[in-house]
Amino acid sequence: MIRQLWKFHGGIHPPQHKQASTQQAITKAEIPRHLVLPLHQHIGESAEPCVAIGEHVLKGQPIACPQGYISAPIHASSSGTVVAIEDRLIPHPSGMSAPCIVIETDGEDRWIEHSPEAPYTEIETSHLRNLIRNAGIVGLGGAGFPSYIKLNPAGKVIDTLILNGVECEPYMTCDDMLMRENPQSILAGARIMQHALQAKQVLIAIEDNKPLAYDAMQEATANDTDIEVIQVPTLYPQGGEKQLIKVLTGKECPSDGLPLQIGIVVHNVATAAAIHRAIDLGEPMISRIVTVTGDGVRQPRNLDVPFGTPMQALLDQCGGLTEDVDRIIMGGPMMGFAMHSTDIPLVKTTNCILAATKDNVTPPSHVMPCIRCGDCASVCPVSLLPQQLHWFSRAREFEKTQEYNLFDCIECGCCAYVCPSNIPLIHYFRYAKTEIWAQEREKEKADLARQRHDFRQSRIDREKAEKAARLAKKKAALAAKQPAADKKDADKQDAIKAAMDRAKAKKEQQAAAKNTDNLTEAQQKQIDDADSRRAATAIPTAATDDKGGQNT
Amino acid sequence: MMHLNTPSSPHFHGPTTITGTMLCVIYALLPGAILYAWLFGWGVIINILLAVITALSCEAVMLKLRQRPVAMFLTDGSALVTALLIGIALPPLAPWWLVFVGTAFAIIFGKHIYGGLGYNPFNPAMVGYVLLLISFPREMTTWAAPLSANTGGLSLLESLAYAFGGSLPAGTTVDALTMATPLDTLKTELGLGKSVQEITTNPIFGALGGADGQWISLAFLGGGLWLMYKKIITWHVPVAMLGTLAALSLLFFAYDHDAYASPAFHLFSGAAMLGAFFIATDPVSGATTLKGRLIFGAGVGILAFVIRTWGGYPDAIAFSILLMNMVAPTIDHYTRPRVFGHQRDSDG
Repeated sequence: MIRQLWKFHGGIHPPQHKQASTQQAITKAEIPRHLVLPLHQHIGESAEPCVAIGEHVLKGQPIACPQGYISAPIHASSSGTVVAIEDRLIPHPSGMSAPCIVIETDGEDRWIEHSPEAPYTEIETSHLRNLIRNAGIVGLGGAGFPSYIKLNPAGKVIDTLILNGVECEPYMTCDDMLMRENPQSILAGARIMQHALQAKQVLIAIEDNKPLAYDAMQEATANDTDIEVIQVPTLYPQGGEKQLIKVLTGKECPSDGLPLQIGIVVHNVATAAAIHRAIDLGEPMISRIVTVTGDGVRQPRNLDVPFGTPMQALLDQCGGLTEDVDRIIMGGPMMGFAMHSTDIPLVKTTNCILAATKDNVTPPSHVMPCIRCGDCASVCPVSLLPQQLHWFSRAREFEKTQEYNLFDCIECGCCAYVCPSNIPLIHYFRYAKTEIWAQEREKEKADLARQRHDFRQSRIDREKAEKAARLAKKKAALAAKQPAADKKDADKQDAIKAAMDRAKAKKEQQAAAKNTDNLTEAQQKQIDDADSRRAATAIPTAATDDKGGQNT
Repeated sequence: MMHLNTPSSPHFHGPTTITGTMLCVIYALLPGAILYAWLFGWGVIINILLAVITALSCEAVMLKLRQRPVAMFLTDGSALVTALLIGIALPPLAPWWLVFVGTAFAIIFGKHIYGGLGYNPFNPAMVGYVLLLISFPREMTTWAAPLSANTGGLSLLESLAYAFGGSLPAGTTVDALTMATPLDTLKTELGLGKSVQEITTNPIFGALGGADGQWISLAFLGGGLWLMYKKIITWHVPVAMLGTLAALSLLFFAYDHDAYASPAFHLFSGAAMLGAFFIATDPVSGATTLKGRLIFGAGVGILAFVIRTWGGYPDAIAFSILLMNMVAPTIDHYTRPRVFGHQRDSDG
């Protein structure tokens, strides 16, 4: 049966460059001397360390516990000693540092005691989600959203569970290789997920530039009636969650909603494999498959890498960097970010390290003015008008950018890719978004300050009113007591006033007399001479001032 | 420690550039321009070359004055396209200053006064053309007759002598070398009470449009289709404009085919094809949304038909396009596409 597929708007066909890293099977990366595990590896809250410096930990032992709902624990990815809990460089576009747990490995790679859980069908679904949470599993496709949350149907009837094996970013092949080499683990994970969600059907989507992965998955699912492997035509950014839903089901996920609301849940294929290991083997998530590729690295390939492995150690295992490497990108060339250094650990969301030479990326070139050709709008997968958004972002008309739905932008980079004027559109959009966020935070702060001010003001006013009321009461009481004293007081006041008036009149008379009144002729001449001398010395000063004014 | 570049994503860029786009437009214009010169003589070539020299000089001077990188913008090809369009639009027997004034006005006032490439609200070539049409109506309506209609036309040297000195070879007059265009003839003679059938028996009319002009229109149609194939332009503007023009003329032609010209005549005479594929499709001054482009094209088509049929000018593509340029921003505002995941009627 040929399944009907739908199309999302736009999309592009960038060069693929996927061969280089698929020539070898996935290899197991070496355990590095030090593992650096950031406490914040994904969307949501950071984890909190639950080990002390100097403590010996075993492979798979939890070393940081989740804080809050959207959070996941972190496990030691090998055995060793915790030597530091401190700020280290983390993978971030800004090159910033953040708290990390540093483990000095002992080389034994000794596991903590662990055993398979009960068959998943016998586990209650809420407990199943707990197990998945405790295994530290987050989405391995992109942002790393904690997976257990996306396995909770939350009262909805889930029609379709989609496993995303699209991998539309050029150069990236980690999901491709996993599907080729270990389709059974993905399938096993898919069944667990289907059970947790009580989903009616499972669709596994693979782009048609990965025929070997498709064949492998097809073979693995030959006997399943409710799991279907679907080949979709290659088109970037088809791997985007909402784009893929549209292609497979024709449904549009609301802009401000979750796929769950339309009865669909999407997970990455590698996440399924991790869930299989967590439930069927009892192993928490401590490693992932990473593509190391690009002409800037001598032996491109895919490796199974323990989390916390420093990037330099990983690059060394791939033959090291070449002389002409231009930039190192974490992620793919369309959406990945270039890193400031190789002294950065690999985290749960690191799917690809692209060591790019100048030939692998587009060198910077002149930015020309926008000619409104509209090519950007025709490739935008969310039907935005990037040419208009660019105009408003440049002009700092942020309200307009929101009116033109800036926040629906997924930053896929299609618009910038096709722009004949070479305008860094995504850069402009990120700028506009951060400016808007900053303004909103400022506004919140200002609102809070105003509230506080208003409250303080009303408190002061209230206190004043109370005080005045008290005083008035007191006065009234006093007045009622001694009305006779008033007459006497008034006479005294009049006498004082008359005396003060006399004194004032005398003072005014004195002030009118000046030293220069009634001068002799000789005295007058002396004064005039002094005045003219003063005037003569004043002129040069004024002239220099003028000159100074001209110089500036 | 090695130096790593950290530009923001995407790290890939496609092959399209402004220069590449403009070059494609120029290639697509060439067949029509060459055929035009073949049929109407050296004047066409002189006009185009004069326009190119003027446009590039004015562009360079303006860029220098505005302190913009001269080489970068001079090679973007946009001034060349403007020059080519003006050169093609002007009468083949034009004095040099006509070309100079039109082109210089187009580049300086139509383009750079507004901020140069990408910022001009009106199509610069049409701004220059309309300035000439209003200021120098006599020169602008003195059209060279096709070579087929007169005795051999002028040689290259004679054409140069006319363009720069205004002198014609002995025994030749301007009247002998020029004649009314088919659109002009139709308009004048309809005014005299003749029927379209009678008028079009004149040998200057061909099966589609003008006897010679129709071939040039076909060449521009071919160039335009190639631009569509190369994805330099979308189909929206040409289809909407030509479709509207054809539909309106068909309506009136069917109503009274003695008083109104046929749709084929409207499509293949004057600047209809040139305008539809090369001028109304100017992205800078036109509508930028796809729905907006349909409205923009339809507007040009309606205005062109109205002005041709009831207005004071025989051809009306330039006016129609400039008038629609004025409303392009408004059209864009009201034709925003529905954003993925939004309700259809969420925005005005």
